[in-house]
Parts: sequence; structure tokens; C-alpha cells
Amino acid sequence: MSNRCAVIGVGQTKYQTRRLDVSIAGLVREAALRALQDAGLTFADIDAVVIGKAPDLFEGVMMPEAYLADALGAAGKPMMRVHTAGSVGGSTALVGASLIQGGVHERVLVVAFEKQSESNATWALSTHVPFSASLVVGAGGYFAPHIREYMRRTGAPGHIGTLVAVKDRLNALKNPYAHLRIPGIDRKTVEATPMLWEPIRYLETCPSSDGACAMVLSSEAAVTGTPAWVHGTAMRSEPIFRAGRDTVSPQAGKDCAADVYRQAGITDPRGELDVAEVYVPFSWYEPMWLENLGFAADGEGWKLTESGATALDGDIPWNASGGVLSANPIGASGLIRFAEAALQVRGRAGEHQVDGARRALGHAYGGGAQFFAMWIVGSEKP
Amino acid sequence: MRSEHVLEFPGGYTRTTGPVIGRFLTELRDARLVGVRTAQGRVLVPPLEYDPATGEPVTGEWVPVGPAGTVESWAWVGTPRPGHPLATPFAWALIRLDGADTALVHAVDAGSAKAMRPGLRVRPRWRAERAGHITDIESFVPEVTGMVAPIRLTYQIQPGEALSRFLAKVRDGILLGGRCDSCHAVYVPFRSACPQCGTPITEEVELPDTGTITTFAINNLPDPRAPEVPFVSAYILLDGADVPMIALVGGVPAHEVRQGMRVRAVWVPEAERTASMANIKWFAPTGEPDVEL
Repeated sequence: MSNRCAVIGVGQTKYQTRRLDVSIAGLVREAALRALQDAGLTFADIDAVVIGKAPDLFEGVMMPEAYLADALGAAGKPMMRVHTAGSVGGSTALVGASLIQGGVHERVLVVAFEKQSESNATWALSTHVPFSASLVVGAGGYFAPHIREYMRRTGAPGHIGTLVAVKDRLNALKNPYAHLRIPGIDRKTVEATPMLWEPIRYLETCPSSDGACAMVLSSEAAVTGTPAWVHGTAMRSEPIFRAGRDTVSPQAGKDCAADVYRQAGITDPRGELDVAEVYVPFSWYEPMWLENLGFAADGEGWKLTESGATALDGDIPWNASGGVLSANPIGASGLIRFAEAALQVRGRAGEHQVDGARRALGHAYGGGAQFFAMWIVGSEKP
Repeated sequence: MRSEHVLEFPGGYTRTTGPVIGRFLTELRDARLVGVRTAQGRVLVPPLEYDPATGEPVTGEWVPVGPAGTVESWAWVGTPRPGHPLATPFAWALIRLDGADTALVHAVDAGSAKAMRPGLRVRPRWRAERAGHITDIESFVPEVTGMVAPIRLTYQIQPGEALSRFLAKVRDGILLGGRCDSCHAVYVPFRSACPQCGTPITEEVELPDTGTITTFAINNLPDPRAPEVPFVSAYILLDGADVPMIALVGGVPAHEVRQGMRVRAVWVPEAERTASMANIKWFAPTGEPDVEL
């Protein structure tokens, strides 16, 4: 049995296309200081710092752990960097949690960030290394074929992705930190936007954002304020190319979900969880992950989306915050999911609060859907 | 009939500055900005001998201001004239220097009108040789808010043994795969170890250049490796292989590509072949019936 771990502070920056008013150090400090303020603490109360960011080419910062140690109050303390592509924010939270659960530290600050405006993610993902036998064009170019295969397998009607794109952006209107704010967005708005990587339309993709997110994690003895208790944590990975790999519903995602549910004692995620923050950077990944994470049977995820079950007033709201579709500082996006899950069970989600949320799922995935990180947090001690 | 007539007092008129403007210009010559305080406590920049609001004399108190200031409003000059302070497009702006209560008019060299806005923070660019004149400030320029950090890494990349073996065969028009000694899955391109079970792969398998499109994207964003937009990037499962390759599909309109479609590699002429996947222009439909996926 591991020691109990709680989230006692959450800090976010406003996510937007360009934060020209702050340096990277200023950006991460903004999130970190807000998290500390939420916990009623200062840098002096922190034992160790864990930082995550997107791959180095994304904004050309190779060693954030060295560059940002003093900006995050880590002088004289352990500082480490986590690196699991797009899922890195989730993995960063889990590495921080493991330091508490293992009894190594009492309070850990976890931070993740991205300043997409300083470069271009599609460039960073399409560097055309010599001798490569592959043709991948950015994240959308990579994921579009798997979405197409999902649609073929399940016979899902073409408007399902549109429904998610609208739902998450309507939720974003209730989240002051969200990047995309499109008042009055509806299916027509989304369907009027061009196909980028067919079957993915422009408004079915995530924006490029600048932003940072931070959490203060604590042992049971060191809790201050309102805690969100960690009920389960899991990470899984798998090779991007292997024979028999199901790229629509990767085994690593299923295994990760099974592990985290087992730890939290959950057998029916749709019935037993109150809200989920799931990494959905392209709208169709909602029905795909509904199946991968066991909220719906194989082939049935799109029906759940269509029924409105995942809307803010549905029985299992997904991405009440607006999700990755409404703000995507890539390196931070996973941590934001984990932090939003914590905010929900702490009753601190503001206008997008799901009434009475007691247990919430935070989820992140990355690479070619080959890295998965998940946690379940609850308002009560595990 | 028309004749040009120039009216210019030889050497230029002189202007006696008086004590207040004289002090301002003297400080300016020393690259300092000062204002004068009125009886009401306001700081005038540029200074006057009197408070323009009340007509009262100003106090004798001089106040350092700036050097930074804030643009209150501006007008863009797209085509500067000979008498203008700058030869390139610039803004005339009302600039309130930090510590001043009034704005002065000066030029802002912002590069483009898009860079101008009320609230823009600017600083003076001083001339090296100053004479005690408002043009001792050549112009104002925006404060530094960002910089470019060029990074260029040059690598010498070697393809490694397994990929070299594959590419050598590609030069001969052959797609080389490898069968895992343990799980018997066939991987293409040829690789030295099975990504699933880690077992070394020793058995080479020459695969045909035909296969089936399992799934694909229609890309509407340009890519240097694709001849046009839209283009199709597809997962192609070569006959006899257990993992698909991602490759370009051509010879068919993008919207006629189907999952299950049979395709064959279109090779560049033999004389042009190198040890590279560029040997395959793209995969084109064979015309065989689609495969049930």
C-alpha cells in the first residue's frame, strides 16, 4: 500500500494564442504562484519540483529543469523533468504523486507549460529526417486515418465529431481560463470550416495555445485547505509500430484504464465516476476514448456522445472545462486535465462545476496514441 | 506659365528660447528629459513658462521624466516627405513620458502600422551628435518585448544497419521485410528486433510492391513531399507484411481513394533510383476488387 496523496493547490494561466507579456519563466511562475496561493503556501513549503513540457523542438527549450529551477523556487531542492510527448502533463502529475505516495516528500510542486507561439508544433512534428520511410504530416495527419477507421468500423454518422466540437466549446464559455471562446457556436459553425486532414475539420481540432498549469501535491499529514484525494494512478506505453496494434483503441489505453479503475475500486466508470477530463485534441477522440476507457461498449461510444450523456448536464460529463479542444498548450494539456479533475472534486470548478462531483477521472495520451497517463481523484479519502 | 520660387531666410530664423524652453533643450542636448511643474502640481512636457490652463507662471521646479513613455494616439505616415524626421514609414504620435501629465508629439519608428496601438510603450532613440533641439531625439522606438533566438543543429545521420539493408534493396526496386524469429510477424521496413517481443530478427523476406490501403487521410495542407494539395497519405499493408507503411497515394483523385483499395508502388525510372524511399513516387490503384477489411 502506498501513502495517501492529495491535490491541495491548483494554478492555471489564461490560455491564449500568444502571451507576449511574459517570458517562459514568467509564465510558469504565474501558474506556480497561483497553485501555492490556492494551497496557502509559499515556495519555502515545497520539497521538490517536477516539470513537464512538450518535446524540445516545440519551443526550442532543451533543459527546462535547468533553465527554470530558480524560477520555480527549486534552488537547493530536487528538480526533475518528465518527457512523454503529449501525455507529459499527466505523467508529470503522476511522477509528483509517486514521490508523495512513496513517502519521499511531503509536498511536491508539479508544473507543465507550453509557449506554442514561440515556434510551430506542426513543423516540430514533421522534420523529415533523412532515410525515413514514413510520411506523416503533423498530428492531424497522423490521427486522421485512425479516426477514419473508427468511423468505418462503427458506422458512426459523420456529424458525431461536430457534436463534440460544439459541446466542448460551449463548456469553454463557462471556463475563464479557456482559450477558444466562440459564443453561439453550433453545428453549422463547425461544418462551415474547411477540412484540414479529412475527416478532420478546422473546428474539430485543438487550438495552439500559450499557457501553464501547476498543482501542489501533498502527503496526508501536510494537507492544507481543501484536498482532492488521489484514488488511483496509472501509466502505460506501447510501441508505435507493432504487428496487430489496434491504433483505434490501443491496448495501452485499455490496460491503463483497467489498472486505475482497479486501484480506485471502479467497475462501471460511467456509473461510478461523476465527471471526466479526457485528452480529446480532435473531436472524434471523444467517442473513441469512450470505448477505449470502458465508458461504452465497442462500437457504442458515438451513441453515448450523440445521446448527450457527455454534455455538462449529461449523466457523465466529459471535459466540462472545454477540454483540449478549447485550450492546448501541449506540454500542459495533460496536467490541465488532471488539475480540472481535482478542481471538480474540490468543488472549485466555478461555472463549469458538475454538481456534487465526488470522483473524477483525469486522462492524457501522447505520441502516436502510445503513451497513456490517468488518475482518479475523489473528495473523500481512499 | 509656372516658375518655382524659394523663400528661405538665409541661415534660418533664430528663436530665443527663454529660460524654460532653454532649460528643456539644454537637458535634451545632454540626453535628459525634464518637465516643469505648474502651481497646480502638474508636470508639463514639453514645458512652458506658464500653465496653459490658468495662465499662471509655472513654478521653478524641474522634474526628470521618461525616458520611456506611452503612446496616447497616433497617425501613420505611409509616404514620408523630405522634411519628415524619418525617410521610412513612421507614426506621428502623442507620447506621454513617464512622470509627465501632458503628451509631446514625436515620431515613432515602429516598422509597420500594425505595431502601433494606444498604450504602446516607447523609448527615445538619441542622436549621437546633439545640438539642443527636439530632433536630438531621432525618433521614439517601441520597447523590447521579444527577440529571435535562431537555433540550427547540423547532424550527420546514418541510417543504421537494418535500415541500410532495406534502403539498399529499395535501390534495386525491392521492399525488404523481416520475420520475427519468435512471433513470426513480418515487419517492413526490415528491422533488427521485433518491437512487440524484442526478439532479434534475422530472417529477411522480400515483399511484393502491392498491398491494401487500410486507412488514410486526405491532407489539405501543403507538404514538400507531396506534389499537390489535396494529397492522400495512407496506411498500406504490403502483401505478406503484418505492419502497414505510411505512404503517398497517387494516380487517383483524392476523394476516390477507399479503405480496402488495392495498390501497387509506382517506381521512378531505374536510372534515377537511389537508396531512398523517394524511389517510390507513390502507390497507385491496381484496379483489383477492394479487399474486405
